[in-house]
Amino acid sequence: MQIQMTLNQKKITAEIEADTLLLDFVRDHGCLSVKRGCETANCGLCTVLLDGVPVLSCSTLAARATGHHVQTLEGLQAEAEEFVGFIADQGAEQCGFCNPGFVMNTIALLRENPTPTDDEIRAYLAGNLCRCSGYDGQLRGIRAYLDWKEAQAK
Amino acid sequence: MLTINQYVRAESLEQAYELCQKKRNVVLGGMLWLKMQHRNVETAIDLCDLGLDQITETSDSYTIGAMVSLRTLEQHAGLAALTQGAFAEALSHIVGVQFRNTATVGGSLFGRFGFSDVLTLFVVLDAKIELYHHGMLSIAEFCALPRNTRDILVQVHVPKTQKRVVYLSQRNSATDFPVLTCAVALQDGNCQCAIGARPLAAVTFTDETGILQNGITPESAAAFAQNIAQKAEFGKDIRAGVEYRKRVCAVLVRRALLQAKEG
Repeated sequence: MQIQMTLNQKKITAEIEADTLLLDFVRDHGCLSVKRGCETANCGLCTVLLDGVPVLSCSTLAARATGHHVQTLEGLQAEAEEFVGFIADQGAEQCGFCNPGFVMNTIALLRENPTPTDDEIRAYLAGNLCRCSGYDGQLRGIRAYLDWKEAQAK
Repeated sequence: MLTINQYVRAESLEQAYELCQKKRNVVLGGMLWLKMQHRNVETAIDLCDLGLDQITETSDSYTIGAMVSLRTLEQHAGLAALTQGAFAEALSHIVGVQFRNTATVGGSLFGRFGFSDVLTLFVVLDAKIELYHHGMLSIAEFCALPRNTRDILVQVHVPKTQKRVVYLSQRNSATDFPVLTCAVALQDGNCQCAIGARPLAAVTFTDETGILQNGITPESAAAFAQNIAQKAEFGKDIRAGVEYRKRVCAVLVRRALLQAKEG
């Protein structure tokens, strides 16, 4: 079957099988930041933005994305660039496999709530699992970024 | 592994209903549960073009389309006000934001899963389920339908009845399936209590013996909670045994009652 979507601002038309997952589709189109992790819709590694909303591409048919805008980290690097350094400064991750999912969901969080509390950050990122470093480092990184941003605004 | 031979975006409920009469065809919800099944689907029927992703409000009810995401339900201001935040409490513990953006109300309900947080809450709100062919059903009637019922869940109707509503759940770890779910609604001195994830689907209880007739106090709440823990049927699964669930039930019902009373 044929589908059409906008992937990272680029219009794409492609022939796919009916059961092609969005995860496989975007990876086949060069978006290798999107990872296959748990296969049970729990880990958040496969997070993409569908019309600006974070969803699990491992559980979304590519066919359902027809006519919609899909964004991966490849298309959001400028937006991510501002805060990923703060996460790195905290040594928040070791292997980095979970990082793209975390960054994608953090982008969604900050668009929805530019000044989240620590509890709001924890709640929003609860669907992103990290199995090597725990979660405090990521939280410290985001908090450091928000504090820096607040200081910049004054 | 899930395989799908054909994908159809239904253009009408009638078309979706006709397609779903075939045993190997499946109506898609959020696909989160379906994807984990080993199944060969002939035709996946997608309702995403039928405008069922909206929550609409009338003077006496809210209507929630089958394709509304759990996240939308969680964040809806009107439903939050109606239930004093019970929707957010019921939904915010389900996996993560991305999961809840993907999962749909229709998919969550049609499976009549025992672990369903949302089903437990809808029970005490006296919600009605609208199926395309079977029409309007209470949650109890809906849950009693045979598992092989081939119909389309169109929308859920929640009456704007003024109640004090509290939802509580117990999980072994954050974002996991619940070990037990509990929803309590107080209206005009009457109490309705739903217990789910037993691990069976939610069932409701009322104060048949008048334990709460002189008001909700720490003592009467504890007695009512013990009464429900004794009456409810519990089972065991990988997460908890019967005795544990019974004890958790007594705690959650007592806390929910006291919280509902305080307002």
